Amino acid sequence: MIAPDPVVWFFLLGVVAGLLRAELRLPPAIYEFLVTILLLAIGIKGGIELARQPLMELMLPIVAVAAMGIVLPLLAFPVLRLGRLARADAASIAAHYGSVSVGTYAVAAAWLYGRGIPYESWMPVLLVILEIPAIIIGVLLARGLDRHIRWREMGREVLLGKSIVLLFGGLLIGWAVGEEGIEPLKPLFLDLFPGVLALFMLEMGLIAASQLGALRRSGLFLLAFGTVMPLFSGLFGALLGVQLGLSLGGTVLLATLAASASYIAVPAAMRLSVPEANPTLSLTAALGITFPFNILIGIPIYMGIAQWLQT
Amino acid sequence: MTDHQRKLLTVITEASLEHALCERIEQLGAHGYTITDARGKGSRGKRDAGWGASANIRLEVVCSEACAHTIAEALRKEYSDNYALILFMSDVEVLRPEKF
Repeated sequence: MIAPDPVVWFFLLGVVAGLLRAELRLPPAIYEFLVTILLLAIGIKGGIELARQPLMELMLPIVAVAAMGIVLPLLAFPVLRLGRLARADAASIAAHYGSVSVGTYAVAAAWLYGRGIPYESWMPVLLVILEIPAIIIGVLLARGLDRHIRWREMGREVLLGKSIVLLFGGLLIGWAVGEEGIEPLKPLFLDLFPGVLALFMLEMGLIAASQLGALRRSGLFLLAFGTVMPLFSGLFGALLGVQLGLSLGGTVLLATLAASASYIAVPAAMRLSVPEANPTLSLTAALGITFPFNILIGIPIYMGIAQWLQT
Repeated sequence: MTDHQRKLLTVITEASLEHALCERIEQLGAHGYTITDARGKGSRGKRDAGWGASANIRLEVVCSEACAHTIAEALRKEYSDNYALILFMSDVEVLRPEKF
């Protein structure tokens, strides 16, 4: 059930090249650059639409989605503990799964666009919102309330992480200048977007392949968790989407957001706030298992769920 | 020329620690430091710097022997349990001792 989207082929090329240990490696600065363009472009697109939208109408989805960001890691945590993971590891993985992956979102949005399915253009707002709560919940799950938590540093890590700053910054810029104002920037941020996404996916394939080696050591439980958890949270997200009265495309995107696991903001925050958690476990699950699962199989499934729920 | 002798403390660790380490090192009395991006392999696997989570830095501090030991001891205590961390020291001769 491989989706025919070109970006997915780029991802597979990266995975195969990585597994075969081909001499292929994008310079880290290029990877950073691609991520920067993706984040800004997604933010700007959302911001342009936000300018046309009464903000009050978005309050309900924003609050509901923030609540989902709190609930999902709380549900994942006990399951991970049952899998005999240490408390810090379980908390860290739960945080990854409560947060979102911008790459997965971009692929899902491209997937919908390719099929001519419209969606609420302010979805990037939910993307920003959903990044944050899971990180805080993850730290609380690892530390408990009574222990000493360095809130100031954590706050800086959560709110000033690259993905939040660029997404939120993009939203503000798009919102401030609107459709016409963004016209001169369109060639870079909007027209080149599919190409940038394709290159990004190539690198993601290489990174995912490098995580697969660790999979052999971390075992079946992570493999099962990394595939069942997104299905469960995807269903959760789709149900919420229907409750909020989102369109079919919007429901698919919210399901995808719920199902995706973070690999930019959360790993960095967890590394500093919960240092005893083993980053290999969470990155193997989020990047080696769930990311490929979502873009290859998950998105069409969430589409099916959304269609089924909306009829 | 013994007063030109200083210690060069080299720290190789995860890039995510950069901000915290720089603050700590200055607190402990270093007057400056140099950071370069690094990659390599050690007990915590291959760190290939392909992206943020697998990036390493090499942090170098030239300072007095006492200061180098204070910093090394503090970093060892605070970070070696949970982070990829390599520390080593070497003797160096500096040309402008007043800077260190």
